Amino acid sequence: MAEFEPRIVAFLCHWCTYTGADLAGTTRQQYPPNIRVIHLMCSGAVDSIYVLKALIDGADGVLIGGCHPGDCHYQTGNFKARRRVAILKGILQQMGYTDERIWLKWISASEGKLFADTVTKMVDELKKMGPNPMKQLWNA
Amino acid sequence: MAKKAAAKVVDGKTDEAIIGFLKSLLKEGVVEAILAPKSLPSQDGVVQALIRDPEMLTGMCALSPTMPVQSARVISNLSVKNLGKKVGAVLKACEIRAAVELAKFLQIKLDNVCFIGIDCPGTFEVADYAKMVQEGKGGGALTKELLKGMEKGELSPPAGYAFRTACQMCEYPVPQADLHLKLFGYKADQEVGIEVGDRLEKEIEGKGILSFSESEPALRSEVVNKVIAERIKKRDALFQEFRGIVKDLRAFLDRFSTCVRCHNCMVACPICYCKECVFKTAVFEHDGDQFLRWADRKGEIRMPTDTLIFHLIRMSHMVTSCIGCGLCDSACPSRLPVATLFRSVGDKIQKMFNYFPGKDIKEVPPVATFKEDELKIESGAL
Repeated sequence: MAEFEPRIVAFLCHWCTYTGADLAGTTRQQYPPNIRVIHLMCSGAVDSIYVLKALIDGADGVLIGGCHPGDCHYQTGNFKARRRVAILKGILQQMGYTDERIWLKWISASEGKLFADTVTKMVDELKKMGPNPMKQLWNA
Repeated sequence: MAKKAAAKVVDGKTDEAIIGFLKSLLKEGVVEAILAPKSLPSQDGVVQALIRDPEMLTGMCALSPTMPVQSARVISNLSVKNLGKKVGAVLKACEIRAAVELAKFLQIKLDNVCFIGIDCPGTFEVADYAKMVQEGKGGGALTKELLKGMEKGELSPPAGYAFRTACQMCEYPVPQADLHLKLFGYKADQEVGIEVGDRLEKEIEGKGILSFSESEPALRSEVVNKVIAERIKKRDALFQEFRGIVKDLRAFLDRFSTCVRCHNCMVACPICYCKECVFKTAVFEHDGDQFLRWADRKGEIRMPTDTLIFHLIRMSHMVTSCIGCGLCDSACPSRLPVATLFRSVGDKIQKMFNYFPGKDIKEVPPVATFKEDELKIESGAL
């Protein structure tokens, strides 16, 4: 049987992480192709619905990438994203679901290498965890 | 500092002492209307009534045994657009706490609303209470029993009935209000305690409605603490039982298999105030082919598809502000333990931000603010 290939939905902010991902490409960093990027203007635009819908409908992990604290193009979007993600993770933990499939990561526009390494590491971890049980719940 | 007073009860008629006091508020113009629970003509239920004529306060049921609506919702309707006159609202602690949360979300304007809080022994389901009345266990007899129980902090419902689950685990039997009617620890057939907050203190003293004294039954705080301790014990037991059942999402879906997606918990919830809820928008309308693709991937899917996402999203919206009134429980046609779910999850999230919903109007809801240095939740240290 072929090795399990996790599918990651990534919500990346325009000003930092998306540009960082671009840099990873232009500097020819290698990283696994398991990631599907959704380009947002700010990590603060990530709604819990996006994350949950991705996980319920078949993603094995969700990556939310934003600017480092203090560097948000809109001043405070990433701080708000952090609270929202913390609340969502807390809810899922209470429901007996691991919150380790949701990654929040600060990656700046100059950190192409960090982006590539993050994706590589996330894919590794998700492979260890196996497929997301949420996507098998037909009655969800 | 709040000032203390007491209203004397004549002939053991506690309700009349409270009504008399409220009448004087109306007559002296401290407030120009009173929102208060009143028995229906049929006597088998209690509803909120907006009272302008002091005489109509007769028949008011201060210790409302049911909660057909969350009065915070009523206050929102009343105050959000052009309320030019001062209204005193007789509310339970959970209703005041919900109203405080709604005020933070700009759904209530408190300028002309005064909270008249009353110590709460707990409430019954609307249908249960109607049945109690038919069996002769409701009305004045019930009030008398409850008041007696409140003196010692030993509350017991009539045989064969139970307080609403949310009430059994409510740690806030005592409200924070502009005017507080105190019953715990008082011999309610003799006197009712009244505590007046800063907002109304001068006016009430100036108009000679009350004369303040600093006395309070010695046992009051002990009685209140006893009730709270019992409720906390019940709460923790229910949380533990619930977590034992909901070990993972599959177990959750098994427990919630009878959820009929009526969304009643959302409709009844005072915190869910959005005029257009995301679940009523086109967000969850998909192409038929999309549904087929999901069904293809999972083998089959339950239709409609939104049980899990509905509860998870609703929680991510309201759980930081959940004040635990349990109206969701009362509204659930499948009798699911929704209040226990929301409270047990809310407990964790609220602790995370050290946030006490409904406690202080100046506290900013966690979703509306942030600290720069907090929540080290970044994943994947490299």
